[in-house]
Amino acid sequence: MDHERYSDAYLRGILKDVHVIAMVGASPHWNRPSYFAMKYLQDKGYRVIPVNPRAKGEKILGEAVYGELSEIPEKVDMVDVFRNSEAAGPIVDQAIAIGAKVVWMQLGVRNEAAAAKAKAAGLQVVMNRCPKIEYSRLHGELAWSGVNTGIISSKRQKKA
Amino acid sequence: MAERPNRPGFETLAIHAGAAPDPTTGARITPIYQSTAFVFDDVDHAASLFNLQTYGYIYSRLTNPTVSVLEERVATLEGGRGAIACASGHAAQLLAFFLFMDPGAEFLASRKLYGGSITQFGRSFQKFDWHVHFVDPEDPENFRRALTPKCRAIFIESLANPGGVVLDLEAISKIAREAGVLLIVDNTLASPYLCRPIEWGADIVIHSTTKYLSGHGNAMGGVVVDSGKFDWGQNDKFKSLTEPEAAYHGLRFHETFGDLAYTVAGHALGLRDLGATLSPMNAFLTLMGIETLPLRMERHVKNAQAVAEFLEKHPAVSWVSYAGLKSSPYRELAQKYLPRGAGALFTFGVKGGYETGVALVENVELLSHLANLGDTRSLIIHPASTTHRQLTPEQQAAAGAGPDVVRLSIGIETADDIIADLDQALAKARK
Repeated sequence: MDHERYSDAYLRGILKDVHVIAMVGASPHWNRPSYFAMKYLQDKGYRVIPVNPRAKGEKILGEAVYGELSEIPEKVDMVDVFRNSEAAGPIVDQAIAIGAKVVWMQLGVRNEAAAAKAKAAGLQVVMNRCPKIEYSRLHGELAWSGVNTGIISSKRQKKA
Repeated sequence: MAERPNRPGFETLAIHAGAAPDPTTGARITPIYQSTAFVFDDVDHAASLFNLQTYGYIYSRLTNPTVSVLEERVATLEGGRGAIACASGHAAQLLAFFLFMDPGAEFLASRKLYGGSITQFGRSFQKFDWHVHFVDPEDPENFRRALTPKCRAIFIESLANPGGVVLDLEAISKIAREAGVLLIVDNTLASPYLCRPIEWGADIVIHSTTKYLSGHGNAMGGVVVDSGKFDWGQNDKFKSLTEPEAAYHGLRFHETFGDLAYTVAGHALGLRDLGATLSPMNAFLTLMGIETLPLRMERHVKNAQAVAEFLEKHPAVSWVSYAGLKSSPYRELAQKYLPRGAGALFTFGVKGGYETGVALVENVELLSHLANLGDTRSLIIHPASTTHRQLTPEQQAAAGAGPDVVRLSIGIETADDIIADLDQALAKARK
Protein backbone atom coordinates (compact mmCIF):
# COMPACT_ATOMS: atom_id res chain seq x y z
CA MET A 1 0.00 0.00 0.00
CA ASP A 2 1.25 3.42 -0.94
CA HIS A 3 0.90 5.49 2.23
CA GLU A 4 1.41 8.71 0.31
CA ARG A 5 -1.81 8.25 -1.66
CA TYR A 6 -5.02 6.70 -0.39
CA SER A 7 -7.88 6.13 -2.80
CA ASP A 8 -11.12 7.96 -2.03
CA ALA A 9 -12.86 4.56 -1.85
CA TYR A 10 -10.44 3.35 0.85
CA LEU A 11 -10.99 6.44 2.99
CA ARG A 12 -14.76 6.51 2.41
CA GLY A 13 -14.96 2.87 3.46
CA ILE A 14 -13.16 3.52 6.74
CA LEU A 15 -15.18 6.64 7.57
CA LYS A 16 -18.42 4.78 6.83
CA ASP A 17 -17.67 1.63 8.85
CA VAL A 18 -16.19 3.35 11.92
CA HIS A 19 -18.54 4.52 14.70
CA VAL A 20 -16.43 4.71 17.88
CA ILE A 21 -13.08 6.52 17.79
CA ALA A 22 -10.52 6.58 20.59
CA MET A 23 -8.49 9.80 20.22
CA VAL A 24 -5.07 9.37 21.83
CA GLY A 25 -3.56 12.77 22.65
CA ALA A 26 -6.88 14.62 22.85
CA SER A 27 -6.38 18.03 24.43
CA PRO A 28 -8.80 19.66 26.92
CA HIS A 29 -7.84 23.10 25.51
CA TRP A 30 -10.45 24.33 23.06
CA ASN A 31 -8.04 25.99 20.61
CA ARG A 32 -5.85 22.93 20.02
CA PRO A 33 -6.05 20.96 16.73
CA SER A 34 -7.17 17.76 18.51
CA TYR A 35 -10.09 19.60 20.11
CA PHE A 36 -11.10 20.91 16.65
CA ALA A 37 -11.03 17.41 15.21
CA MET A 38 -12.91 15.88 18.16
CA LYS A 39 -15.67 18.48 18.01
CA TYR A 40 -16.11 18.11 14.27
CA LEU A 41 -16.22 14.30 14.36
CA GLN A 42 -18.76 14.39 17.20
CA ASP A 43 -20.92 16.77 15.13
CA LYS A 44 -20.84 14.24 12.30
CA GLY A 45 -22.16 11.48 14.52
CA TYR A 46 -19.01 9.68 15.65
CA ARG A 47 -18.50 8.73 19.31
CA VAL A 48 -15.08 10.09 20.23
CA ILE A 49 -13.46 8.82 23.45
CA PRO A 50 -10.49 10.96 24.56
CA VAL A 51 -7.31 9.31 25.87
CA ASN A 52 -4.74 11.52 27.61
CA PRO A 53 -2.91 10.54 30.85
CA ARG A 54 -2.42 14.23 31.73
CA ALA A 55 -6.18 14.89 31.63
CA LYS A 56 -7.28 11.56 33.07
CA GLY A 57 -10.52 11.85 35.00
CA GLU A 58 -11.47 15.17 33.38
CA LYS A 59 -14.11 15.61 30.69
CA ILE A 60 -13.59 16.87 27.17
CA LEU A 61 -16.68 17.80 25.15
CA GLY A 62 -18.84 15.71 27.46
CA GLU A 63 -16.67 12.58 27.32
CA ALA A 64 -14.67 11.15 30.25
CA VAL A 65 -10.92 11.11 29.57
CA TYR A 66 -9.04 7.80 29.99
CA GLY A 67 -5.34 7.41 30.76
CA GLU A 68 -4.75 4.52 28.36
CA LEU A 69 -6.55 2.67 25.54
CA SER A 70 -6.80 -0.47 27.67
CA GLU A 71 -8.95 1.37 30.24
CA ILE A 72 -11.78 2.04 27.76
CA PRO A 73 -14.72 -0.24 28.61
CA GLU A 74 -16.45 -0.01 25.23
CA LYS A 75 -15.54 -1.48 21.87
CA VAL A 76 -13.32 0.90 19.88
CA ASP A 77 -13.41 0.81 16.05
CA MET A 78 -10.61 3.25 15.30
CA VAL A 79 -7.62 4.65 17.18
CA ASP A 80 -6.80 8.22 16.13
CA VAL A 81 -3.16 9.06 16.93
CA PHE A 82 -2.67 12.72 17.91
CA ARG A 83 0.84 12.09 19.20
CA ASN A 84 4.24 12.21 17.50
CA SER A 85 5.55 9.54 15.12
CA GLU A 86 7.68 7.85 17.79
CA ALA A 87 4.80 7.57 20.23
CA ALA A 88 2.72 5.95 17.49
CA GLY A 89 4.65 2.68 17.95
CA PRO A 90 3.41 1.72 21.44
CA ILE A 91 -0.04 3.17 20.67
CA VAL A 92 -0.41 0.84 17.70
CA ASP A 93 0.53 -2.12 19.92
CA GLN A 94 -2.26 -1.16 22.30
CA ALA A 95 -4.70 -0.62 19.43
CA ILE A 96 -4.06 -4.15 18.23
CA ALA A 97 -4.46 -5.46 21.78
CA ILE A 98 -7.89 -3.86 22.27
CA GLY A 99 -9.16 -5.20 18.94
CA ALA A 100 -9.48 -1.94 17.01
CA LYS A 101 -10.09 -2.26 13.27
CA VAL A 102 -8.35 0.93 12.13
CA VAL A 103 -5.26 2.94 13.12
CA TRP A 104 -5.35 6.51 11.87
CA MET A 105 -2.27 8.76 12.34
CA GLN A 106 -2.70 12.53 12.14
CA LEU A 107 -0.95 15.10 9.95
CA GLY A 108 2.81 14.76 10.15
CA VAL A 109 2.57 11.45 12.04
CA ARG A 110 4.25 8.59 10.16
CA ASN A 111 5.60 5.33 11.55
CA GLU A 112 6.23 2.70 8.86
CA ALA A 113 7.16 -0.06 11.34
CA ALA A 114 4.01 0.46 13.38
CA ALA A 115 1.92 0.60 10.20
CA ALA A 116 3.35 -2.71 9.03
CA LYS A 117 2.62 -4.30 12.40
CA ALA A 118 -0.97 -3.08 12.34
CA LYS A 119 -1.48 -4.30 8.80
CA ALA A 120 -0.07 -7.71 9.66
CA ALA A 121 -2.56 -7.91 12.53
CA GLY A 122 -5.41 -7.26 10.08
CA LEU A 123 -5.99 -3.55 10.81
CA GLN A 124 -6.46 -0.81 8.21
CA VAL A 125 -3.93 2.01 8.43
CA VAL A 126 -3.96 5.69 7.46
CA MET A 127 -0.95 7.97 8.05
CA ASN A 128 -0.33 11.73 7.75
CA ARG A 129 -4.01 12.59 7.32
CA CYS A 130 -6.65 14.23 9.48
CA PRO A 131 -10.04 12.46 9.65
CA LYS A 132 -11.74 15.86 9.95
CA ILE A 133 -10.12 17.08 6.71
CA GLU A 134 -10.75 13.79 4.86
CA TYR A 135 -14.37 13.54 6.00
CA SER A 136 -15.03 17.13 4.97
CA ARG A 137 -13.21 16.66 1.67
CA LEU A 138 -15.22 13.58 0.72
CA HIS A 139 -18.55 15.01 1.82
CA GLY A 140 -18.37 18.38 0.13
CA GLU A 141 -17.67 20.65 3.11
CA LEU A 142 -13.95 21.17 2.52
CA ALA A 143 -14.85 22.60 -0.89
CA TRP A 144 -16.38 25.51 1.02
CA SER A 145 -12.82 26.60 1.90
CA GLY A 146 -11.61 26.98 -1.69
CA VAL A 147 -9.61 23.76 -1.55
CA ASN A 148 -8.80 21.31 -4.34
CA THR A 149 -10.79 18.31 -3.06
CA GLY A 150 -10.15 16.07 -6.05
CA ILE A 151 -13.84 15.20 -6.16
CA ILE A 152 -15.49 15.32 -9.60
CA SER A 153 -19.14 14.32 -9.55
CA SER A 154 -22.40 15.28 -11.19
CA LYS A 155 -24.47 13.59 -8.52
CA ARG A 156 -26.72 15.57 -6.20
CA GLN A 157 -25.28 15.07 -2.72
CA LYS A 158 -27.17 15.02 0.58
CA LYS A 159 -26.10 17.49 3.29
CA ALA A 160 -23.10 16.04 5.19
CA MET B 1 -18.48 3.62 -6.16
CA ALA B 2 -15.94 2.60 -8.81
CA GLU B 3 -12.67 4.56 -8.83
CA ARG B 4 -11.82 6.23 -12.09
CA PRO B 5 -8.51 4.75 -13.30
CA ASN B 6 -6.94 8.10 -14.26
CA ARG B 7 -7.12 11.65 -13.05
CA PRO B 8 -9.67 13.59 -15.16
CA GLY B 9 -8.18 15.59 -18.04
CA PHE B 10 -7.75 19.36 -18.11
CA GLU B 11 -10.82 19.88 -20.32
CA THR B 12 -12.99 17.93 -17.87
CA LEU B 13 -11.60 19.78 -14.86
CA ALA B 14 -12.15 23.15 -16.57
CA ILE B 15 -15.87 22.43 -16.57
CA HIS B 16 -16.36 20.31 -13.44
CA ALA B 17 -13.73 21.01 -10.76
CA GLY B 18 -15.30 22.58 -7.70
CA ALA B 19 -18.86 22.35 -9.01
CA ALA B 20 -21.66 19.94 -8.13
CA PRO B 21 -25.44 20.03 -8.56
CA ASP B 22 -27.11 22.05 -5.83
CA PRO B 23 -28.18 19.58 -3.08
CA THR B 24 -31.39 21.45 -2.27
CA THR B 25 -32.79 22.14 -5.74
CA GLY B 26 -30.72 19.93 -8.06
CA ALA B 27 -29.75 23.01 -10.10
CA ARG B 28 -26.91 21.90 -12.34
CA ILE B 29 -25.13 25.25 -12.68
CA THR B 30 -23.42 26.97 -9.74
CA PRO B 31 -25.90 29.50 -8.38
CA ILE B 32 -24.88 33.13 -7.95
CA TYR B 33 -25.13 33.42 -4.18
CA GLN B 34 -25.87 37.15 -4.02
CA SER B 35 -26.08 36.97 -0.23
CA THR B 36 -23.80 38.88 2.07
CA ALA B 37 -24.49 36.68 5.12
CA PHE B 38 -25.57 33.17 6.09
CA VAL B 39 -27.70 31.88 9.00
CA PHE B 40 -26.31 29.77 11.82
CA ASP B 41 -27.89 26.52 13.06
CA ASP B 42 -27.45 27.66 16.67
CA VAL B 43 -24.97 29.61 18.81
CA ASP B 44 -22.64 26.63 19.10
CA HIS B 45 -22.54 26.31 15.31
CA ALA B 46 -21.78 30.04 15.02
CA ALA B 47 -18.96 29.76 17.57
CA SER B 48 -17.48 26.77 15.74
CA LEU B 49 -17.48 28.69 12.48
CA PHE B 50 -15.81 31.75 14.00
CA ASN B 51 -13.21 29.52 15.68
CA LEU B 52 -12.43 27.78 12.36
CA GLN B 53 -13.48 24.50 14.00
CA THR B 54 -15.99 23.65 11.33
CA TYR B 55 -16.69 24.53 7.69
CA GLY B 56 -19.40 26.83 6.51
CA TYR B 57 -20.29 30.37 5.56
CA ILE B 58 -20.56 33.41 7.78
CA TYR B 59 -20.06 36.57 5.72
CA SER B 60 -19.19 37.02 2.07
CA ARG B 61 -16.15 39.14 2.77
CA LEU B 62 -14.40 35.95 3.92
CA THR B 63 -16.06 33.18 1.94
CA ASN B 64 -18.99 32.82 -0.46
CA PRO B 65 -20.35 29.63 -2.06
CA THR B 66 -20.04 30.85 -5.67
CA VAL B 67 -16.54 32.13 -5.03
CA SER B 68 -15.56 28.82 -3.36
CA VAL B 69 -16.34 26.97 -6.59
CA LEU B 70 -14.06 29.32 -8.53
CA GLU B 71 -11.30 28.90 -5.95
CA GLU B 72 -11.43 25.11 -6.20
CA ARG B 73 -11.66 25.31 -10.00
CA VAL B 74 -8.47 27.37 -10.36
CA ALA B 75 -6.60 25.50 -7.60
CA THR B 76 -7.36 22.22 -9.36
CA LEU B 77 -6.38 23.46 -12.83
CA GLU B 78 -3.07 24.77 -11.48
CA GLY B 79 -2.41 21.56 -9.54
CA GLY B 80 -2.45 23.47 -6.27
CA ARG B 81 -3.87 22.67 -2.84
CA GLY B 82 -6.20 25.64 -2.41
CA ALA B 83 -6.89 29.16 -3.59
CA ILE B 84 -8.11 32.55 -2.42
CA ALA B 85 -10.14 34.60 -4.90
CA CYS B 86 -9.81 38.37 -4.79
CA ALA B 87 -11.31 41.48 -6.30
CA SER B 88 -8.53 41.87 -8.90
CA GLY B 89 -5.07 40.65 -9.81
CA HIS B 90 -3.56 43.54 -7.85
CA ALA B 91 -5.68 42.61 -4.84
CA ALA B 92 -4.42 39.05 -5.16
CA GLN B 93 -0.83 40.30 -5.16
CA LEU B 94 -1.43 42.45 -2.09
CA LEU B 95 -3.10 39.56 -0.25
CA ALA B 96 -0.42 37.05 -1.23
CA PHE B 97 2.34 39.24 0.22
CA PHE B 98 0.26 40.39 3.20
CA LEU B 99 0.20 36.84 4.54
CA PHE B 100 3.97 36.68 5.07
CA MET B 101 5.56 40.16 4.82
CA ASP B 102 6.41 42.41 7.79
CA PRO B 103 7.79 45.97 8.01
CA GLY B 104 11.45 45.79 7.03
CA ALA B 105 11.09 42.55 5.09
CA GLU B 106 12.33 42.30 1.50
CA PHE B 107 11.66 40.37 -1.69
CA LEU B 108 13.10 40.05 -5.19
CA ALA B 109 11.09 40.74 -8.34
CA SER B 110 11.87 40.26 -12.00
CA ARG B 111 12.28 43.51 -13.95
CA LYS B 112 10.18 42.01 -16.72
CA LEU B 113 6.75 42.58 -15.27
CA TYR B 114 3.45 44.27 -16.07
CA GLY B 115 4.00 47.98 -15.40
CA GLY B 116 1.25 48.01 -12.80
CA SER B 117 3.09 45.39 -10.74
CA ILE B 118 6.33 47.36 -10.90
CA THR B 119 4.49 50.41 -9.56
CA GLN B 120 2.63 48.44 -6.86
CA PHE B 121 5.88 46.85 -5.62
CA GLY B 122 8.12 49.88 -6.05
CA ARG B 123 5.77 52.54 -4.70
CA SER B 124 2.80 51.35 -2.65
CA PHE B 125 4.48 48.36 -0.97
CA GLN B 126 7.14 50.81 0.21
CA LYS B 127 4.43 52.47 2.33
CA PHE B 128 4.16 49.25 4.35
CA ASP B 129 7.95 49.17 4.65
CA TRP B 130 8.07 46.13 2.33
CA HIS B 131 11.14 46.46 0.15
CA VAL B 132 11.58 45.11 -3.36
CA HIS B 133 14.85 44.54 -5.26
CA PHE B 134 14.33 44.32 -9.03
CA VAL B 135 16.42 41.72 -10.83
CA ASP B 136 17.17 41.10 -14.52
CA PRO B 137 15.62 37.63 -14.91
CA GLU B 138 17.44 36.71 -18.14
CA ASP B 139 20.14 34.99 -16.08
CA PRO B 140 18.50 33.08 -13.19
CA GLU B 141 21.74 33.37 -11.20
CA ASN B 142 21.00 37.09 -10.90
CA PHE B 143 18.34 36.13 -8.36
CA ARG B 144 20.82 34.20 -6.27
CA ARG B 145 23.26 37.11 -6.38
CA ALA B 146 20.55 39.58 -5.35
CA LEU B 147 19.28 37.60 -2.34
CA THR B 148 19.62 39.29 1.05
CA PRO B 149 19.06 37.74 4.51
CA LYS B 150 15.74 39.61 4.80
CA CYS B 151 14.32 38.34 1.49
CA ARG B 152 11.25 36.17 1.85
CA ALA B 153 10.17 35.66 -1.76
CA ILE B 154 11.03 35.83 -5.43
CA PHE B 155 8.29 37.13 -7.75
CA ILE B 156 8.29 36.51 -11.50
CA GLU B 157 5.88 36.26 -14.42
CA SER B 158 6.02 32.89 -16.19
CA LEU B 159 5.23 34.51 -19.55
CA ALA B 160 6.03 38.16 -19.11
CA ASN B 161 4.05 41.24 -20.03
CA PRO B 162 4.35 42.97 -22.49
CA GLY B 163 6.82 41.26 -24.79
CA GLY B 164 6.13 37.57 -24.29
CA VAL B 165 9.40 36.86 -22.51
CA VAL B 166 9.69 33.33 -21.07
CA LEU B 167 11.62 32.75 -17.85
CA ASP B 168 13.53 29.63 -16.76
CA LEU B 169 11.07 28.53 -14.08
CA GLU B 170 12.91 25.41 -13.00
CA ALA B 171 16.24 27.16 -12.49
CA ILE B 172 14.66 30.00 -10.53
CA SER B 173 12.60 27.62 -8.38
CA LYS B 174 15.78 25.74 -7.45
CA ILE B 175 17.40 28.99 -6.30
CA ALA B 176 14.31 29.88 -4.25
CA ARG B 177 14.16 26.44 -2.66
CA GLU B 178 17.83 26.46 -1.71
CA ALA B 179 17.41 29.86 -0.10
CA GLY B 180 14.24 28.88 1.79
CA VAL B 181 12.19 31.62 0.14
CA LEU B 182 8.85 31.47 -1.67
CA LEU B 183 8.69 31.44 -5.45
CA ILE B 184 5.60 33.40 -6.51
CA VAL B 185 4.68 33.19 -10.19
CA ASP B 186 2.17 35.40 -11.97
CA ASN B 187 0.77 32.99 -14.58
CA THR B 188 -1.83 35.38 -16.01
CA LEU B 189 -0.56 35.52 -19.60
CA ALA B 190 -0.18 31.76 -19.97
CA SER B 191 -3.16 30.47 -17.98
CA PRO B 192 -2.90 26.95 -16.53
CA TYR B 193 -3.73 25.57 -19.97
CA LEU B 194 -0.37 26.66 -21.38
CA CYS B 195 1.78 26.51 -18.24
CA ARG B 196 1.48 25.13 -14.71
CA PRO B 197 4.24 26.73 -12.61
CA ILE B 198 3.60 24.51 -9.58
CA GLU B 199 4.80 21.56 -11.68
CA TRP B 200 8.10 23.41 -12.05
CA GLY B 201 8.49 24.22 -8.36
CA ALA B 202 6.46 27.40 -7.84
CA ASP B 203 5.04 27.75 -4.32
CA ILE B 204 2.37 30.35 -5.06
CA VAL B 205 0.68 31.16 -8.38
CA ILE B 206 -1.20 34.38 -9.01
CA HIS B 207 -3.70 35.28 -11.71
CA SER B 208 -5.59 38.27 -12.79
CA THR B 209 -8.73 36.27 -13.61
CA THR B 210 -9.86 39.40 -15.48
CA LYS B 211 -7.71 38.18 -18.37
CA TYR B 212 -7.69 34.72 -20.01
CA LEU B 213 -9.47 32.84 -17.20
CA SER B 214 -12.70 34.79 -17.50
CA GLY B 215 -11.74 35.39 -21.10
CA HIS B 216 -14.51 37.75 -22.09
CA GLY B 217 -13.43 41.14 -20.78
CA ASN B 218 -16.42 41.41 -18.44
CA ALA B 219 -15.33 40.49 -14.92
CA MET B 220 -12.57 41.94 -12.72
CA GLY B 221 -10.98 39.35 -10.48
CA GLY B 222 -7.83 37.80 -9.11
CA VAL B 223 -6.75 34.59 -7.42
CA VAL B 224 -3.86 33.34 -5.29
CA VAL B 225 -3.17 29.60 -5.58
CA ASP B 226 -1.12 27.79 -2.93
CA SER B 227 0.81 24.69 -3.92
CA GLY B 228 0.56 23.41 -0.35
CA LYS B 229 4.17 22.26 -0.63
CA PHE B 230 6.13 25.06 1.06
CA ASP B 231 7.55 24.20 4.46
CA TRP B 232 6.57 27.28 6.50
CA GLY B 233 8.55 26.12 9.49
CA GLN B 234 11.91 25.72 7.71
CA ASN B 235 13.13 29.12 8.99
CA ASP B 236 11.75 31.98 11.11
CA LYS B 237 10.57 34.15 8.20
CA PHE B 238 6.92 33.05 8.09
CA LYS B 239 5.76 33.72 11.63
CA SER B 240 2.18 34.56 10.69
CA LEU B 241 1.74 30.93 9.69
CA THR B 242 3.86 29.26 12.36
CA GLU B 243 3.37 31.39 15.48
CA PRO B 244 0.22 31.67 17.62
CA GLU B 245 -2.34 33.97 15.99
CA ALA B 246 -3.87 36.25 18.59
CA ALA B 247 -6.97 36.90 16.49
CA TYR B 248 -7.79 33.18 16.67
CA HIS B 249 -6.91 32.63 20.32
CA GLY B 250 -3.39 31.33 19.81
CA LEU B 251 -4.02 28.93 16.93
CA ARG B 252 -0.97 28.14 14.76
CA PHE B 253 -2.14 27.88 11.14
CA HIS B 254 0.66 25.56 10.00
CA GLU B 255 0.17 23.20 12.92
CA THR B 256 -3.63 23.14 12.79
CA PHE B 257 -4.25 23.01 9.06
CA GLY B 258 -1.15 21.35 7.58
CA ASP B 259 -0.85 22.03 3.88
CA LEU B 260 -4.11 24.02 3.96
CA ALA B 261 -2.51 26.65 6.23
CA TYR B 262 -1.90 29.37 3.64
CA THR B 263 -5.32 28.89 2.03
CA VAL B 264 -7.17 29.07 5.35
CA ALA B 265 -5.08 32.06 6.51
CA GLY B 266 -5.78 33.69 3.15
CA HIS B 267 -9.49 33.76 3.99
CA ALA B 268 -9.38 34.00 7.80
CA LEU B 269 -6.74 36.74 7.94
CA GLY B 270 -6.21 38.07 4.40
CA LEU B 271 -9.73 38.59 3.12
CA ARG B 272 -11.04 39.24 6.61
CA ASP B 273 -8.73 42.23 7.15
CA LEU B 274 -8.08 43.50 3.61
CA GLY B 275 -11.63 42.98 2.35
CA ALA B 276 -10.39 42.53 -1.22
CA THR B 277 -13.35 40.30 -1.95
CA LEU B 278 -14.49 38.97 -5.32
CA SER B 279 -18.18 39.47 -5.99
CA PRO B 280 -20.30 36.34 -6.53
CA MET B 281 -21.46 37.70 -9.90
CA ASN B 282 -17.88 38.15 -11.12
CA ALA B 283 -16.97 34.69 -9.79
CA PHE B 284 -19.88 33.24 -11.77
CA LEU B 285 -18.87 35.00 -15.00
CA THR B 286 -15.30 33.82 -14.50
CA LEU B 287 -16.47 30.22 -14.01
CA MET B 288 -18.42 30.39 -17.26
CA GLY B 289 -15.34 31.67 -19.06
CA ILE B 290 -13.07 28.98 -17.62
CA GLU B 291 -15.29 26.22 -19.05
CA THR B 292 -14.04 27.08 -22.53
CA LEU B 293 -10.46 27.98 -21.52
CA PRO B 294 -8.88 25.06 -23.43
CA LEU B 295 -10.73 25.84 -26.66
CA ARG B 296 -10.11 29.55 -26.40
CA MET B 297 -6.40 29.24 -25.65
CA GLU B 298 -5.91 26.92 -28.62
CA ARG B 299 -7.49 29.51 -30.95
CA HIS B 300 -5.69 32.44 -29.26
CA VAL B 301 -2.33 30.77 -29.82
CA LYS B 302 -3.09 29.75 -33.43
CA ASN B 303 -4.19 33.29 -34.30
CA ALA B 304 -1.24 34.88 -32.52
CA GLN B 305 1.20 32.75 -34.49
CA ALA B 306 -0.43 33.78 -37.78
CA VAL B 307 -0.44 37.48 -36.87
CA ALA B 308 3.16 37.41 -35.58
CA GLU B 309 4.35 35.75 -38.79
CA PHE B 310 2.49 38.34 -40.89
CA LEU B 311 4.03 41.22 -38.92
CA GLU B 312 7.52 39.76 -39.06
CA LYS B 313 7.45 40.10 -42.86
CA HIS B 314 5.83 43.57 -42.88
CA PRO B 315 7.91 46.49 -44.20
CA ALA B 316 6.57 48.90 -41.54
CA VAL B 317 7.65 46.60 -38.69
CA SER B 318 11.21 46.58 -37.37
CA TRP B 319 10.96 43.59 -34.98
CA VAL B 320 8.46 41.21 -33.40
CA SER B 321 8.88 39.75 -29.90
CA TYR B 322 6.81 36.55 -29.80
CA ALA B 323 8.24 33.35 -28.35
CA GLY B 324 6.40 31.24 -30.95
CA LEU B 325 8.54 32.67 -33.76
CA LYS B 326 11.69 30.88 -34.92
CA SER B 327 13.55 34.18 -34.52
CA SER B 328 12.71 34.48 -30.81
CA PRO B 329 15.52 34.03 -28.29
CA TYR B 330 12.89 32.53 -25.94
CA ARG B 331 11.79 29.80 -28.34
CA GLU B 332 13.59 26.99 -26.50
CA LEU B 333 12.30 28.08 -23.09
CA ALA B 334 8.80 28.36 -24.61
CA GLN B 335 9.02 24.83 -25.98
CA LYS B 336 9.92 23.57 -22.51
CA TYR B 337 7.49 25.59 -20.35
CA LEU B 338 4.72 26.39 -22.84
CA PRO B 339 4.61 23.40 -25.20
CA ARG B 340 1.02 24.12 -26.23
CA GLY B 341 1.89 27.60 -27.41
CA ALA B 342 3.60 30.82 -26.38
CA GLY B 343 0.44 32.69 -25.51
CA ALA B 344 -1.27 35.40 -27.49
CA LEU B 345 0.21 38.57 -26.04
CA PHE B 346 3.26 40.00 -27.75
CA THR B 347 4.93 43.20 -28.87
CA PHE B 348 6.37 44.54 -32.04
CA GLY B 349 8.31 47.67 -32.99
CA VAL B 350 7.03 50.13 -35.57
CA LYS B 351 9.45 51.98 -37.80
CA GLY B 352 8.89 55.64 -37.00
CA GLY B 353 8.91 55.26 -33.19
CA TYR B 354 6.51 56.89 -30.73
CA GLU B 355 4.43 58.91 -33.23
CA THR B 356 3.89 55.94 -35.55
CA GLY B 357 2.95 53.78 -32.58
CA VAL B 358 0.33 56.30 -31.50
CA ALA B 359 -1.00 56.67 -35.07
CA LEU B 360 -1.30 52.91 -35.43
CA VAL B 361 -3.42 52.39 -32.32
CA GLU B 362 -5.68 55.24 -33.37
CA ASN B 363 -6.33 53.77 -36.85
CA VAL B 364 -7.42 50.23 -36.10
CA GLU B 365 -11.10 49.45 -36.75
CA LEU B 366 -11.55 45.85 -35.60
CA LEU B 367 -8.95 45.79 -32.84
CA SER B 368 -9.92 47.66 -29.68
CA HIS B 369 -7.59 50.30 -28.31
CA LEU B 370 -7.84 49.73 -24.58
CA ALA B 371 -5.91 48.57 -21.52
CA ASN B 372 -6.67 44.89 -21.03
CA LEU B 373 -5.59 41.55 -22.38
CA GLY B 374 -6.93 38.05 -22.67
CA ASP B 375 -10.28 38.91 -24.23
CA THR B 376 -12.03 37.13 -27.11
CA ARG B 377 -11.66 40.47 -28.91
CA SER B 378 -8.26 41.46 -30.28
CA LEU B 379 -6.76 44.39 -28.40
CA ILE B 380 -4.00 46.86 -29.10
CA ILE B 381 -2.13 49.36 -26.93
CA HIS B 382 0.96 51.54 -26.96
CA PRO B 383 2.56 50.74 -23.53
CA ALA B 384 4.87 53.76 -23.36
CA SER B 385 1.89 56.14 -23.40
CA THR B 386 -0.38 53.99 -21.17
CA THR B 387 0.30 50.83 -19.14
CA HIS B 388 3.97 51.62 -18.55
CA ARG B 389 3.52 55.42 -18.56
CA GLN B 390 4.25 55.77 -14.83
CA LEU B 391 7.72 54.27 -15.23
CA THR B 392 10.96 56.09 -15.96
CA PRO B 393 12.41 55.71 -19.50
CA GLU B 394 15.00 53.32 -18.02
CA GLN B 395 12.30 51.22 -16.35
CA GLN B 396 10.28 51.23 -19.59
CA ALA B 397 13.25 50.00 -21.59
CA ALA B 398 14.03 47.33 -18.99
CA ALA B 399 10.40 46.18 -19.09
CA GLY B 400 10.35 45.99 -22.90
CA ALA B 401 8.01 48.98 -23.24
CA GLY B 402 10.11 51.55 -25.11
CA PRO B 403 8.63 54.33 -27.31
CA ASP B 404 8.32 52.27 -30.54
CA VAL B 405 6.66 49.29 -28.86
CA VAL B 406 3.09 48.28 -29.67
CA ARG B 407 1.44 45.49 -27.67
CA LEU B 408 -1.14 43.12 -29.13
CA SER B 409 -3.51 40.80 -27.30
CA ILE B 410 -4.70 38.58 -30.14
CA GLY B 411 -8.30 37.40 -29.84
CA ILE B 412 -10.28 34.59 -31.38
CA GLU B 413 -11.81 36.39 -34.35
CA THR B 414 -11.14 35.12 -37.89
CA ALA B 415 -7.35 35.42 -38.26
CA ASP B 416 -7.54 37.01 -41.70
CA ASP B 417 -9.74 39.80 -40.32
CA ILE B 418 -7.23 40.62 -37.58
CA ILE B 419 -4.40 40.68 -40.11
CA ALA B 420 -6.36 42.84 -42.56
CA ASP B 421 -7.11 45.40 -39.85
CA LEU B 422 -3.48 45.66 -38.80
CA ASP B 423 -2.42 45.93 -42.45
CA GLN B 424 -4.69 48.89 -43.18
CA ALA B 425 -3.82 50.63 -39.90
CA LEU B 426 -0.07 50.23 -40.50
CA ALA B 427 -0.50 51.75 -43.96
CA LYS B 428 -2.35 54.76 -42.52
CA ALA B 429 0.16 55.18 -39.66
CA ARG B 430 3.12 55.47 -42.01
CA LYS B 431 1.69 58.43 -43.90
